[in-house]
Amino acid sequence: MSAPVVAVSDLRVELLGSGVDIVDEIGLQIHAGEVLGLVGESGSGKTTVGMALLGHVRRGGKVGGGAITIDGRDLGALRGEELRRLRGGVVSYIPQDPGTALNPALRIGTQLAEVLEAHASGWSEDERRERVREALSEVALPSDEVFLKRYPHQLSGSQQQRVAIAMAFANRPKVIVCDEPTTGLDVTTQARVLETVRDLCRSHQVAALYVTHDLAVVAELADRVAVMYAGRIVESGPREAIFSAPRHPYTRRLLRAVPDIAGKRTVIGIPGRAALPGSRPEGCFFHPRCPLADDESRSAFPPVTELGGGHTVRCFHHAEAVQRAEPEGAGQLGPRTVGEELMLTVRDLDAHYGASHALFRIDLDVHREECLALVGESGSGKTTLARSVSGLHSDYTGQVRLRDDPLPQAARRRSRNARKEIQYIFQNPYASLNPRRTIGQSIGRQLQLFYPGSRADTGQRVAECLERVALSSSAASRFPDQLSGGERQRVAIARALAAQPSVLICDEVTSALDVSVQAAIIELLGQLRREMGLSMLFITHDLALIRTIADRVAVMNEGRIVEEGPVDKILTAPTADYTRQLLANTPSIELALGNAPPTPAST
Amino acid sequence: MSDQTVERAADLLEQPPTLIPTAPARARLALVADALRLGRTRFGLAIVALLVLIALAGPLVAPHSPTEFVGIPNSKPSGDAIFGTDALGRDVLSRFLHGGRTVLWLSAAATLLGIVVGVVVGLIAAYSRNWLDDVLMRSNDVLLAFPQIIFVLLAVSAIGPKLWLIVLTVGLTHAPRVARVIRGAALEVVERDFVKSAEVVGEARWRIVFAEVLPNVTSPLLVEVGLRMTYSIGLVAGISFLGFGLQPPSADWGLMINENRLSITVQAWSVLLPVIAIGLLTVGTNLVTDGLSRALAGIDRQADS
Repeated sequence: MSAPVVAVSDLRVELLGSGVDIVDEIGLQIHAGEVLGLVGESGSGKTTVGMALLGHVRRGGKVGGGAITIDGRDLGALRGEELRRLRGGVVSYIPQDPGTALNPALRIGTQLAEVLEAHASGWSEDERRERVREALSEVALPSDEVFLKRYPHQLSGSQQQRVAIAMAFANRPKVIVCDEPTTGLDVTTQARVLETVRDLCRSHQVAALYVTHDLAVVAELADRVAVMYAGRIVESGPREAIFSAPRHPYTRRLLRAVPDIAGKRTVIGIPGRAALPGSRPEGCFFHPRCPLADDESRSAFPPVTELGGGHTVRCFHHAEAVQRAEPEGAGQLGPRTVGEELMLTVRDLDAHYGASHALFRIDLDVHREECLALVGESGSGKTTLARSVSGLHSDYTGQVRLRDDPLPQAARRRSRNARKEIQYIFQNPYASLNPRRTIGQSIGRQLQLFYPGSRADTGQRVAECLERVALSSSAASRFPDQLSGGERQRVAIARALAAQPSVLICDEVTSALDVSVQAAIIELLGQLRREMGLSMLFITHDLALIRTIADRVAVMNEGRIVEEGPVDKILTAPTADYTRQLLANTPSIELALGNAPPTPAST
Repeated sequence: MSDQTVERAADLLEQPPTLIPTAPARARLALVADALRLGRTRFGLAIVALLVLIALAGPLVAPHSPTEFVGIPNSKPSGDAIFGTDALGRDVLSRFLHGGRTVLWLSAAATLLGIVVGVVVGLIAAYSRNWLDDVLMRSNDVLLAFPQIIFVLLAVSAIGPKLWLIVLTVGLTHAPRVARVIRGAALEVVERDFVKSAEVVGEARWRIVFAEVLPNVTSPLLVEVGLRMTYSIGLVAGISFLGFGLQPPSADWGLMINENRLSITVQAWSVLLPVIAIGLLTVGTNLVTDGLSRALAGIDRQADS
């Protein structure tokens, strides 16, 4: 094979001043036409590595060592003007959020022309105009004058992202860095964006670094994969090797945390917290969370081990890891009894937001101890429905019944018992806990509200609530910003359960969390549901997730329920076109590898 | 994509959590601690402390009674009267040491009143988000159209130079200004999910406003307290100077300036001492406020990036 277009060796990026490393010992190579997926959870340093390929280090950091060679040029030796010419010319960038990356005050045509002016100044006006058209047609956007005269806000999210891709490819770069370009997009949009990126990389022989937290996307897109944990690449290799024969305990656990529409299996979270820069442990950074940890891995960071075929791993125990049987995730699948009794009934519900009609004639039933998943893309009305049911959104007609009692629209007008029975857990645990109150105060208030008791007693009851969600009672004296995202969501769950509800409404409760944390929350919710006999309305945009938790699914689109049925039926034999389209667009590791349902332990 | 766009996009996508090695220890008074790290805050605090000390302890150490005639009017500084005597022959130093209390407590009381009323109005307006918000804020705008001093003078000239009236009018004219700031800060807070979370379990409205929202606007509130205190001092001293505050023969800084202004060329100390004190007090409170708002801006920057 020819020389790689991108070669990074021993790269270290550290904080100014303290010299604490953000990433270190990073080595990777990307050949022309190849897509390298750089996977990691938040705080792993994947974006830092991506930025380093652009010769950029975020404020407060600096490159502390190593070398980055791009197309034969040493990035470290380039200064000012040279570096600027490289960026956007040789190396370009596709941002996560095109909404902020495009200048809202410039027309699309002007923005694209600007890119060309910066790097192809010798071109004539006509040549540039021709290239702008070419770039837009490559990303399947119209290139007529009308479109060129539009402003970013006149485009949809997908169109904006494709304009950003067109800008990145306009100068025919040799290297492209994609920083989670589909995060925040709906699956339908994501599928089209991924296809565009893949086709362009292939047809122009571009070396791409695709930075993401989404393993399923990487499975569909990448040729090779590098897995980052706590600022190090712990495993890298060809896509097939990483997904079907992972060797690092972290990779193995991470893959077990990813829900998949194709495999009937449980998800399982990774216990413990990811190590942040400055507080990383001695030895292997993963050892506090690793079942195979021993004295060796506690004292030294494992060296890179070559496994052949370009597969490398940094673990002393990579051979044992493969043999180790993975536990099953808790609280999922398994035989379940669903009661006959109707807990929550929605009849003929129409909701409005001012003049706009958000929900049309919704009918829903949630039985005792049943989990009904409500699936839909953004704008489908699923959150409006959840808020109407809980009484947060009161501008609706139709009926919401708890058991047999019709409920008033607004939560404030409902009986105390109704408010106790239906508890709502919010999407973002960073916003749903009052930052000025300790965890104990937040949960204690909920207890006092529904079960008034003495103060001394409350402390004990708060501790019990925390224990139920696997948090230590010492968390009671903490403020929300002292906890990780997963811990905060556990607190939010504990607070909801403190009321001893019978119906739990979970509104995208895992979408702000890392996949390993998401799996742990799913396990927890599943267990609690069984133990406490809860009925659940589980709202999500992720079809893959519902298999792990739901009994029945209702698929929503544009304010209507388009299909409803048992999980297995919806996932295997959907009848509505919309559901089929959603399924086809949901990325899946198993389907990407052409696998039958997985058994990681057998590899 | 232009280079600047790459650069800017890169900045926008920064994820600060990876850059903060350990979560900062949470303290309710983090803002105060941050502000105290600034030189200006400490300097301002020192000035304020000195003047408060003079005003509170002054009467205890004053060599003479403030109303005692110790010499011929407008005599130069001497051993008996270190800063000389005023236009009526009373000891300037003693009157100065006695004259600070009224300014201070009137300003503090007026500030407190303005803050309390302003916070209540601002929070209710922000939380209600309906016709009540409009009514409250439009009435606010009407009140804001009057200069504060005009309002206060109108009241004292109609009803008479009563101290409680000064506190009431100065305080109430602060309120709309405070209300506007607090409403602005609270508007963002009331949209957050923890407020929704309290609504869905049926917390009382007043509890949501004062127990959930109020603790999240303490930082701008603290800045507002400092700012209103600065204005209060100026207003109260001004009213006193105009003769609507304490009446002769009481000792009061504003009154002292008024009484002795004609003889300033003969015996400047009786005017200079209170002028310097009032000036320093406002400069001091302003420096503290400035330190607080700088610390606040710093905290906000960190949270936003």
